[in-house]
Amino acid sequence: MAKLYIENSKNSETLQPREETVNFLLNYSQALSVINCSKSNLKFEALLN
Amino acid sequence: MKRELITDAVLVSNYIKGDENSLGTLIKRHKQKIYSFIYSKVYDRDITEDVFQDTFIKVIRTLKLGKYNEEGKFLPWVMRIAHNLVIDHFRKNNRMPKFDNSTDFDIFSVISDSSLNAEKSLIKSQVEEDVRRLIEELPEDQKQVLIMRMYNDMSFKEISDKTGVSINTALGRMRYALINLRKVIDKHHIVLTN
Repeated sequence: MAKLYIENSKNSETLQPREETVNFLLNYSQALSVINCSKSNLKFEALLN
Repeated sequence: MKRELITDAVLVSNYIKGDENSLGTLIKRHKQKIYSFIYSKVYDRDITEDVFQDTFIKVIRTLKLGKYNEEGKFLPWVMRIAHNLVIDHFRKNNRMPKFDNSTDFDIFSVISDSSLNAEKSLIKSQVEEDVRRLIEELPEDQKQVLIMRMYNDMSFKEISDKTGVSINTALGRMRYALINLRKVIDKHHIVLTN
């Protein structure tokens, strides 16, 4: 069988964000709450820990 | 058994309704594409990480604030946000060029902080005080010319007008003021610099 002269590209390592980044985003999402002020039709963002 | 894939639209809708897990699924599903897209533009892992994070912060805020337009598809929308943030990054960097100092050339060898540190400013104020005291010892006419010239930044023409003497006399008084100051400094071995 013919030999394959193709090197595996070093860039083949998967490009993906660090786990901390993803966890940060998930935590940020959980902490962020939007408060609706129905009377004035305003929305406030609040970060709750 | 065939597993049914939940569409992005459903996940987005569930997330807006409060299902936090949907966001996890969306990130997991698209993180590689979005991350690679950003990396293909900036070629820097740390910057990619920052832009990726900012992208999803924007996504989260938009969804939670109910500003998401469901007409479009989720992934192209996120990609567009990422693309805009990449442009912002390059704009910011062009305005503020960074010097990474990683080569042999050290930028700090050619630029310096011109402001005085605490010690130098203390010495400067002491020297200025000593000079003031020495000036006080000068004859009145010389002292007057020297103060007008050095401290009030007046021209010899202005000094001559103000004191009622000729310009030559004012120049002469200034000359003698400096000679006398040097004499006193030499005589008493006063050191005015560090």
